[in-house]
Amino acid sequence: MLSFQALNKTLSPEIGTFNDKKAKIHLAPVVEIQELTVASHNNVILKNIDLQIPRNKIVVLLGPSGCGKTTLLKSLNRLTDLYKELKVTGRILIDGEDIRKATHNLPAMRQKMGLLSQHPFPLPVSIYKNVAYGLKLKGIRNKNLVDFSVEGNLKKTGLWEEVKDRLHQPATSLSIGQQQRLCLARGLAVKPTIILADEPTSALDPISTKIIENLFKELKEHYTIILVTHVLRQAVRLADHVVFMYYGEIIEQGHPEVILKNPQSGILKKYLVEGN
Amino acid sequence: MNRWKLIEQSFFKAISFLAAYSVILILLFILYVIFEKGFSSLTWDTITRLPEGGYYFGGEGGILNAIVGSLYLSVGATILAVIIGLPAALFINVQLIRLKRTQNTIRYFLDALWGIPSIVYGAFGFAVMVFLGLSASLLAGIITVAFLITPILVRAFDEVLKTIPVELQEASFSLGSTKTETALKVIFRQGFAGFVTALLLAFGRGIGDAASVLFTAGYTDNIPVTLDEPVATLPLAIFFQLTSPIEEVRQRAYAAAVVLTFFILIISISARLLSRRYSKNIIK
Repeated sequence: MLSFQALNKTLSPEIGTFNDKKAKIHLAPVVEIQELTVASHNNVILKNIDLQIPRNKIVVLLGPSGCGKTTLLKSLNRLTDLYKELKVTGRILIDGEDIRKATHNLPAMRQKMGLLSQHPFPLPVSIYKNVAYGLKLKGIRNKNLVDFSVEGNLKKTGLWEEVKDRLHQPATSLSIGQQQRLCLARGLAVKPTIILADEPTSALDPISTKIIENLFKELKEHYTIILVTHVLRQAVRLADHVVFMYYGEIIEQGHPEVILKNPQSGILKKYLVEGN
Repeated sequence: MNRWKLIEQSFFKAISFLAAYSVILILLFILYVIFEKGFSSLTWDTITRLPEGGYYFGGEGGILNAIVGSLYLSVGATILAVIIGLPAALFINVQLIRLKRTQNTIRYFLDALWGIPSIVYGAFGFAVMVFLGLSASLLAGIITVAFLITPILVRAFDEVLKTIPVELQEASFSLGSTKTETALKVIFRQGFAGFVTALLLAFGRGIGDAASVLFTAGYTDNIPVTLDEPVATLPLAIFFQLTSPIEEVRQRAYAAAVVLTFFILIISISARLLSRRYSKNIIK
């Protein structure tokens, strides 16, 4: 029988405290991007990006379509590796470790970052198996532990009450909003420290959007959230830090109150005027 | 609504109705003719006994040789086609993912191969058989039918793989899956219903074709024990018996047609049921 502490240790995100050895790490930015360039043939998608992402904050990547927001997000968990035509140079440090050198432990590195895409893509299995999938990949087979995690993560995303009586039904039987929350629960189950969200509310109705936004506000206490959006109002509602991108470059960044109210660059001023 | 619009709408509705129901009527008519002519000759002996002396002149026996032969040949050809077809479909969709022009060229050739009449495959299979020094046999028949159904299978697998969203693979990778885990636990599951349907349809095409095995499989009253023995098939059993001047033998040809239709029906229903069963989890 597993003790509650053991369960909790296995299932909680690694928050750490200021008394432990990790204190130094926890004061430092969780992600440091240095001179990141991504190119496809002769087309440069990201140009020499330097960016520091603070811990336990919501960082919003803002900008028009095609400015490289999604490519930047996918560089962080090396999903860019799937596209052979993409050439990536530069360094991406997660907690001080260069993820571009993580060849052998790539799956473990990716588990540190939960991904939420534009449209929900639950795996072609039941609701329960979707959340349990990542745990099984981590080698967790104990049924009590898996049940506990499934319930806990579905509760975290506010889905438990809605699905507790039909956990073994196909994930496709859920509404789009519920599917997106299921994808979030599935990602949280593998204990990420960072959540990568690529326009996660673009396919949702206003009620589901509000649920996801509220979830993000709660989750940032334990996770760093990097959110791609081109909805200005969403950036204002959620962001602790806004990064404005244009044609593969970071034009301006800072606190939303500062950069969205008093933009310095002409491009951002124009974007804000047209966006409003 | 405008009067002319109403007339136009009614006219096209009637044409659509006629077209849809005429297809069903033709199918029912074919089934009626086959069953009406063949059902009286379809006895337990017909499907459980081998042809005996004088069978082709109205003597005792059945078509067990052709039933088992057809199954041997189609199963063998389908296995061979899967061995060639699945990697080919994966190659088109994984390795050539960014080379659209190459992908489309290969697809064009596969579609062209799909359209070639089966008698041409029969002639080609015969040439290959002579080149390899084989005689008309189960092996030569399997190779020829595999030629026939491989393009069908590759294109069917290809269409299934095309429908699997890349974001689903990304979701699997981001949860910490390796490439193999993603292929087996996500892509295979997502495409399973389609793969099964493709497999059964290719099998159905293989079991029902006469022309491709006319020169290559031979014909025998026995069930082959080795690959180099000739094999009887249901389509050829129908062909040979239907050309007989003896009425009783011609009726047996229709009985063989009933058996073949039954197989096709079972395959079609199985494909539909399996597809429905495994598609409930599919992400659309």
